[in-house]
Parts: sequence; structure tokens; C-alpha cells
Amino acid sequence: MKIVMAIIKPFKLEEVRDALTSIGIHGLTVTEVKGYGRQKGHTEIYRGAEYAVSFLPKVKIEVAIATDQVDRAIAAIVGAAKTGQIGDGKIFVISLDHAVRIRTGEADAAAL
Amino acid sequence: MTFKLPRRAGLLAAAAGLICVAGFADLALAQTAASPAAAAAPATPALVPNKGDTAWMLICSALVLMMSVPGLALFYGGLVRAKNMASILTQVFAIVALVGVIWTLYGYSMAFTDSGGALTPYVGGFAKAFLMGVDANSTAPTFSNGVVIPEFAYFVFQMTFAMITPALIVGAFAERIKFSAVFFFVLLWVTFVYFPIAHWVWFIPAPDDVAAAAKAVAAAANGAAKTAAQAKLDEITGSAGWLAGSGALDFAGGTVVHINAGIAGLVGALIVGKRVGYGKDLMPPHSLTMTMIGASLLWVGWFGFNAGSNLESNGTTALAFVNTMVATAGAALSWLLTEWILKGKPSLLGICSGAVAGLVAVTPASGFAGPIGALVLGLIVSPVCLFFVSTVKNTFRYDDALDVFGIHCVGGIIGALGTGILVNPALGGVGITDYTNFAGNNAGTYDFATQMLAQGKAVLATLVWSGVGSAILYKVVDLVIGLRPTTDAEREGLDITDHGERAYNM
Repeated sequence: MKIVMAIIKPFKLEEVRDALTSIGIHGLTVTEVKGYGRQKGHTEIYRGAEYAVSFLPKVKIEVAIATDQVDRAIAAIVGAAKTGQIGDGKIFVISLDHAVRIRTGEADAAAL
Repeated sequence: MTFKLPRRAGLLAAAAGLICVAGFADLALAQTAASPAAAAAPATPALVPNKGDTAWMLICSALVLMMSVPGLALFYGGLVRAKNMASILTQVFAIVALVGVIWTLYGYSMAFTDSGGALTPYVGGFAKAFLMGVDANSTAPTFSNGVVIPEFAYFVFQMTFAMITPALIVGAFAERIKFSAVFFFVLLWVTFVYFPIAHWVWFIPAPDDVAAAAKAVAAAANGAAKTAAQAKLDEITGSAGWLAGSGALDFAGGTVVHINAGIAGLVGALIVGKRVGYGKDLMPPHSLTMTMIGASLLWVGWFGFNAGSNLESNGTTALAFVNTMVATAGAALSWLLTEWILKGKPSLLGICSGAVAGLVAVTPASGFAGPIGALVLGLIVSPVCLFFVSTVKNTFRYDDALDVFGIHCVGGIIGALGTGILVNPALGGVGITDYTNFAGNNAGTYDFATQMLAQGKAVLATLVWSGVGSAILYKVVDLVIGLRPTTDAEREGLDITDHGERAYNM
């Protein structure tokens, strides 16, 4: 089992969700986050006072899936979230040791 | 706007053997001008306020209240960080309530009565403290001969001006002052700074009293009678506040409200000191939406402020209304365009700031300039204010958090001086009013140098009295209760530390 964590542009969230749903991945967790990478920040000006805003709003999605789904999930996310511009985000894959569905007590693969 | 002597003064004048009258009595006066003694005998019917004027002034009073709450409160509130939102809203609301009480107890009397002694031109007395002698039948004069409004309408209209002026100040030291300090400071400030300055600029003798005395001078035989009549006229005109008496024009409060609050704000920002993290931490506005709503409410309410300052409902009122519209539109546009050209983007905060700058600038000129003059004034004021809130502020590094100085004081000075230029009939202005020239439709003579000198004097006097007076009062408050919260409290935000609540629970 793996967790696929992707940091994407906020306005790409719906497309990514559709792409993941279309390959049979149901259920993901979304968090609004801020951060920076190569995109750096941008400048905001309020009455002549310039603020360098270094942390940009992004959306973080996390999906817990079986290991054999990982490649397809990555392809789906990349396909949906890519604009070709700096700031499209990153995908991280993390090992998942254990999973439990709270309602039924099912564990691991059955809980995903 | 302005004020005047109680109607009682007119009766005294009549008792003195002068013709004290007004309104339709003017006609009778003209007919009997040859024998003034006879004209003085019959009782003069009391002037009755016009229902339309009364309704208009009460609506304007409510409009000006709306400028403070919620207008100014939201305009300022949106510009601070979310952790200080409730603090700003509470400060503005509390100032409005506090000044409403003080105005009723003694403020109105200090601003708008004749103290009768050597201090007559400088401050009113306590004759109308607790509204003594003011009832539903009392009237206050307007700028027109023979027109009065209920004194209660005048009282409450002027009250709303006294409410908003100290509320403007708090923007300068927003996010870093104790609520108790604001409360105590405002109590002192309106008493020692606002009420006297309002008296200097807006306390004028009733036009009817001036006209009656002037007619008596004209009718008096040469010799002792003429001298006595002239002395009476001088006494009446001499009862004006000293800046009004020197010819300074301020239709709705460029000096009394905006320069006054603006310089008090700057002095406060300097004495209170910079916010913790100023120049290092990001301090962007937390809600430009709120700021836009506030600026819009200010614009709408300002029609009550400016057009209402004519004290009655007539053509000059419409002129002030139009000037308020035109100058504001021009100033909003010129700020937007200037920023667009210089910074590359047309900003919402820019256009809102420009609108407020335009409203400030047109305030003293609203009943005096023509619409094209007002438009020019609006177009000019924004780039100058923008220069002050960005370049000047950044150069000298004073933390005037919400630009009370850069917009209200600077805009007020431009408006006050601009009024001296734009009142010129040759530039479309309405010209000078001289109530002693009853034969010439009250027309006065405009002289550029004289007028600019009077305007400059009013600006300087306000800057000095408010600047020095405020500095002393801040020091007093600092000694008694302290101005600043602790650094930790300031970091946490005044909402929690001063008020025990948050503006937003989300």
C-alpha cells in the first residue's frame, strides 16, 4: 500500500479528481496548503507598500491505494494537473504500513 | 456648515432699537426703511423652519452617522490584520457613542455658543451645557437670510461630525494601542482640540442679525447714531470664531475634520511608535472586500456630510451634492490611473483610497467651487496623496498604519487651499458671501491673495493647535494609563487581548 501525495495548483483540483475517479480510485483527502518551490512567490502592492509573498496557495491531495495502482494514479495526476508552467507542483509516494476502516474494522487492502 | 448666535441675540438687537428681522420681514423693512424706529416696534413673527429643510437635515445626520458606523469602521477594519479587526470596529463604535454623550453634555455648547468674554472668538461657553434652553421650538440659522432649521436638527447634525473626526484618528496607530488609551484620549481630544477648532471655523453670527445691523448702519443718520449702529454691527460680526471672522472658508470640514484628525493621527503614530515587526513582517489588509464596502458607505454618507452642510435644502445643496459626486469620481479614477501607470496594475485599494481622498479634498470646497473646479480638485488630490502614502511615508518610515495623515491631512490641506482658489467666480465658484451687502444680494468681493491668506491661516492654525495639543494629550494618557499594549499582547492581536473575542470564528 502506498500514499500518493500531490501538491497541485488549486484550480486543477477538479480535473485531478475526475482523472483519479476515472481510473477507479475513489476517495481522496484534500488540504489547502501554502509553500514555495522554484516558482518563488509574487509581489503584492498595497498603497505603494510592496510585499513579497513567498508562500503561494496550493492544494495537497492524498490518496491511499494499492501498490499496483500507483503508476496509473501518478499518470492520471500528471495528465490532469500539468500546465507546463513553473508551479505545477510535485508528487510524492510514501509507503503505507497499515489501514483500518473505522466503521467496520476492516483492515489494510479491504479498508482502502 | 456653521453656526450662529442664538435667536435671542436677534431679539436683543431689536431691543437695542435696531431692526432685527428676517425673512418676509425684509419686505416690510424695505418699505419702512426711512423710519427705522417705527419698524422696530411691532413684534417680529418668529421664523418657522421649513418641513423640507428639517427632513433633509435629519436624513443627513443619519447619513453622516452611517459614515462612521459601519462605513469608516469597515474601511479601516478591512485594512488591518484579522487579529485586530474587532479592535478597530470596537474603537470606532465606542468613539461614536462616547462623543455622542459628550456632545450632548457640553460639546455642543463649547462649539456653538458665544462665551461672551475675551475668549469669544476661541471657544464657546457652557450656556447650553446639558442642552439648557434648547427645546423643540428652538431654531438655528442657516446661510440664507430668513431661513432657520430646528436647533435639535442642527445639534444632531453637528454631533455626527464630532463623532467621526476622532474616529478617523485611530487609523494612524491601529493595531498597537490599548483600548483604554483610545477611550481616554478621545475624551480629552474632543474637549481641548475639536470643540475649540469647530468654534473657530464654524461659529458665525446669524446672517439675519448681520443683515439687520448692516441695515441699521445704512439707515442711521450720520454722527452718534451711525457710530452706535456701526459698533453694534462690529460686535455682531466680532462674535464669530476667529478663523471664520478672518474669512477662512471651510464648507464641510476640511480643516475642522480632516486636517485636524490627520495631524493628530500623525503625531499619535510618532508618539505611540511603530508596530512590532513593521517593515519586516507582512501586514497586508485582511479584507479588501470590507474596505470596499466601507469606502462605498463613506461615499454615500458623504452626501449628508457635504450637501447637508448647507443646512437647508436648496440650489447650493444640490451644488455641494454634485461636487461631492464629481470630485470623488475624478479622484478615484486618477488614483487608479496613477497606480496603473507607476506600478503596473490598477488596484481595488487604490481606487477606494482615491475616492476617499477626493471626498476629503472636496469637503471644504463642496459648497463653494463649481463642478469643473471640483473635478480638477479631485483629479489633482489623488496623485499627491499617493505620493505621501508611498514615497514620503517610506522615506521617513513613520508607521501611519492606515494613512490618516497621507490621505486626510494632505487631502484636507489641498482641499482647504483649493477652496480659496476655486471659490473665485471667474473659475466657476460661487464667490464670497457678505451679509452686510444686503442691497447687492449678499455678494462679496473675491481677492485671491486675501482669500489664500485666510485659508493658509486656517490650515496652519489647525495644524499647530491640533498637532501640539494632541502631543500633550498623548503624553498625558501615556502617563496615566499607558498607550501601548505589551509586545506579547500586540503580537497575539488586540481582539483577544483587549476585547476577549475574535472578529472571525472560522
